[in-house]
Amino acid sequence: MALPEPQIAEQADANAARPRAQVRIVIVGHVDHGKSTLIGRLLHETGSLPEGKLEMLKAVSARRDVAFEWSFLLDALQTERNQGITIDTSQIRFRTKDRDVLLIDAPGHAEFLRNMITGAAQADAAILIVDAAEGVRNQTRRHGYLLHLLGVRQVAVVINKIDKVGYDAARFQSVRAEIETYLTGLGLSIGAVIPISARDGDGVAKRTDKIGWYDGPTVLEAIDGLEPPPVAADLPLRLPVQAVYRIGDERIVAGRIESGRVRIGDDIVVMPGAKQARVKTIESWPALVGAPPPSEAGAGQSIGITLDRELYVDRGHLISATAEPVSSVESLRARVFWLHRAALEVGTRLVVRIGTAEARGVIKAIESAIDPGEVTAAPGLSIPQNHVGEVEIALAQPLATDPHEANAGMGRIVLEYGGRIAGGGLVLSVEAELAPHIPRDLVALAEDAARLNLQFRALSAADRIERFCAEVEGRIVFTTSFGIEDQLIAHLLWTSGAEIEIAAIDTGRFFPEVYALWAETERRYGKRIRAIYPRQDSLSRLVESQGIDGFYDSRAARLACCHVRKVEPLSRALDGAHGWITGLRAGQSDHRRTLDLVAADTGRGLLKLNPLLDLGRAEIEAMVRTAVIPINPLHAKGFPSIGCAPCTRAIEPGEPERAGRWWWENEDKKECGLHLTAQGARRKF
Amino acid sequence: MTRLDDLESQSIFVLREAYARLKNIALLWSLGKDSNVMIWLARKAFFGRVPFPALHVDTGKKFPEMYAFRERYAKEWNLDLQVEPCPPIETVDPTLPPAARSAARKTEGLKAALAKHGFDGLIAGIRRDEEATRAKERVFSLRGAEGIWDVRDQAPEFWNHFNASPPPGAHLRIHPILQWTEADIWAYTQREAIPIIPLYLSRDGKRYRSLGDMDITHPIPSQAATVAEILTELRTTKVSERAGRAMDHESEDAFERLRVAGYL
Ligand SMILES: Nc1nc2c(ncn2[C@@H]2O[C@H](COP(=O)(O)OP(=O)(O)OP(=O)(O)O)[C@@H](O)[C@H]2O)c(=O)[nH]1
Ligand code: SF4
Ligand SMILES: [Mg+2]
Repeated sequence: MALPEPQIAEQADANAARPRAQVRIVIVGHVDHGKSTLIGRLLHETGSLPEGKLEMLKAVSARRDVAFEWSFLLDALQTERNQGITIDTSQIRFRTKDRDVLLIDAPGHAEFLRNMITGAAQADAAILIVDAAEGVRNQTRRHGYLLHLLGVRQVAVVINKIDKVGYDAARFQSVRAEIETYLTGLGLSIGAVIPISARDGDGVAKRTDKIGWYDGPTVLEAIDGLEPPPVAADLPLRLPVQAVYRIGDERIVAGRIESGRVRIGDDIVVMPGAKQARVKTIESWPALVGAPPPSEAGAGQSIGITLDRELYVDRGHLISATAEPVSSVESLRARVFWLHRAALEVGTRLVVRIGTAEARGVIKAIESAIDPGEVTAAPGLSIPQNHVGEVEIALAQPLATDPHEANAGMGRIVLEYGGRIAGGGLVLSVEAELAPHIPRDLVALAEDAARLNLQFRALSAADRIERFCAEVEGRIVFTTSFGIEDQLIAHLLWTSGAEIEIAAIDTGRFFPEVYALWAETERRYGKRIRAIYPRQDSLSRLVESQGIDGFYDSRAARLACCHVRKVEPLSRALDGAHGWITGLRAGQSDHRRTLDLVAADTGRGLLKLNPLLDLGRAEIEAMVRTAVIPINPLHAKGFPSIGCAPCTRAIEPGEPERAGRWWWENEDKKECGLHLTAQGARRKF
Repeated sequence: MTRLDDLESQSIFVLREAYARLKNIALLWSLGKDSNVMIWLARKAFFGRVPFPALHVDTGKKFPEMYAFRERYAKEWNLDLQVEPCPPIETVDPTLPPAARSAARKTEGLKAALAKHGFDGLIAGIRRDEEATRAKERVFSLRGAEGIWDVRDQAPEFWNHFNASPPPGAHLRIHPILQWTEADIWAYTQREAIPIIPLYLSRDGKRYRSLGDMDITHPIPSQAATVAEILTELRTTKVSERAGRAMDHESEDAFERLRVAGYL
């Protein structure tokens, strides 16, 4: 086909050096309505295509036996060209009379909405494209809605493929009315509505005779009317901490200013914890010769500062002006979009990110859920993929945030699910500040436990472990005491390749055989088991008060010893963990018979898996033999259950398995306090 | 803030995110103008000292000026320089056209370095304006086992939040200067007085716009003998930056295939 000459010549050098405003524009709209074509055409009309590009596009089109396709300029992937569809977002630059323009292409297909959002989130303004023949379609509506949610408020509309409707002004007017009604309903204000043929160029850079009835701006003129983003310098200071670097004697707090300004001498407050300090210096590298060091910095700048006193500051903390501090919340309401295949539901657990901070969260309530692609959106109870809704999220750790209305940057949340970004949204309101440490949602935890407990019954031990790892978000810890059950679990973990931390609580009173087995196990699997020790100060105090073997004297003394040597170290081993695997078996004692495969340890806020719970001793012995797993030689000498050396004896045939533990105490009281009930209280012994 | 200040701050933010969120990273130092800017940005981000290795995946076919530059500035900038040689050409996919095949050696070298050091992140100085598949990149871009780029399934990335949890065996490519243009790189190089390899400047009417292997990189006709003159030249040129890189032009999909297989 014949291609017209570029209409706008390259800009003169004279104003090239002058700083020019940059505006970033995303092109959105339903699949195949002509987004990529418009971009190709704009680049051509402004004379921005490099030498040889047009010939390349012709060749690429000819190779595929299609008429000339402008979309191939940005649809660079082979699958995109072969299928004639944009898969991932792309960017290209050109210059108009007044502006440096960054055009962002977005895919229109619903399957690639995550890529559309990736592109549109970077934009200051948007061009929404509608096919004149097809009119407003699902993705037109969905994209319009998302622009609003992403905070893109400047929107121009183009009615494309006007050639396909015979340049009919009436058709243009009716599509125009349709899209205007929809967008104004969302609260978006619309700039120009322009009839174009992206393929042929009408309305792109010039008003042609074919659309002689139209006297509004061309696409290029509309672009010159779009504004670059405002700077957030007038808002209160918000500085999310990225890291603290130790340079020489200084601790430099590094981050990028989200809003406001910071000056030497400013009083600041660090959240969480509301610790206060004053800004001592603003650091820079390299030191400027002959110039004083910087004394202030503003929104958008990546900086480093030092404080006038030693505070504990770390990544994820937020520095704000003392006069206008940020609040730190444990619960927030947000309007979100959701991109994951699994629907967002009440009880869904995810990671919430704001600035550089992150916290685990659980969806407490879904207040509204709609499909923005539909004309009449029926509200739902869950938010399926590519839908939006308003939700209430409970956080496990407090996060510092502002409502989006007050501070756009600090009021944006990103939702991560299964280690990948799966959604995002705007903070609508926050609940009043609460105590710094908030237990996780106990109801949700108990529900999860009940559900998994049912599902896991039919599974093998190995499958239980695998499913547990998939279900639990966050760190999982397996605590071993090197008994035969624990050795089997360690084997299953290491051979499955699961990334689970194995920890052993070294009470200091183990049998020598236990240490030998510990070393042998590490050698055999080439792995390290994390050793956790009692606190040296508590242990000294304990031994001083009750003597080195004081636990024989009374049950209270024994429990005190167990507390210092096992229970307290365990709480450190499990600190921050969301899953705990143990080797408890129902057959070990009467009360262990009542345990569940998966239980909620609400006291510690985690799910506990006992993968071998319903296995018999003989079954386990057989599995250990087959896999040639190293075990403690004491098992063969009458020690089925091995604890600390002074507190464990061999048992006679016929005695219960744990009869040799604290043999001087009653059978029904023999727990050390490691395993809590669902209510979080220690079991009554 | 000026455009360069804005770009600088964004790149520093990305470098600090990479260092904070990943365990074992390196910066790919190709010795070219882009990676020199990146090293400069890293020194700014971390106040003078780059806290991770600078990895040069060495095809052995670079210009002598490049090796001289490497030796000098590794020392002067106090870098933890790691050089990874590339395997012989015979080990590289023979179905690739010659120049692409030659370039793919670098991918093999990269894989060897990943295996040796166990990096979970590599900082690379690619830019969107260089090439159309690079324009589709994320700032934090996942490479699966074997270094594969799954362009059909890139994770969403927005509002300066990055996906930084590579599954075992995978790694991330971090692209701190993805948003910069060729002109930005030169304007910043000029503003900050960052050293460059003299091959970028015109000699006898020719200069290199992009530096790769000696046998597959060609100079362009140019009179630009200073960085300022390069900037002037870029304002009017209609020739694309990688025009002198043979591997981009051998077939329509050559570069995409290289990139999918783990090339930069
Ligand atoms: N007749 C006519 N066809 C057009 C016009 N604009 C685009 N097309 C054709 O419509 C088809 C789709 O165009 P694209 O630019 O790929 O559409 P898109 O909106 O980018 O599609 P996705 O990115 O896949 O959502 C192509 O075959 C174009 O040639 C136009 O103004 N008139
Ligand atoms: S088993 Fe005995 S020695 Fe070991 S911690 Fe408990 S009471 Fe103390
Ligand atoms: Mg497209």
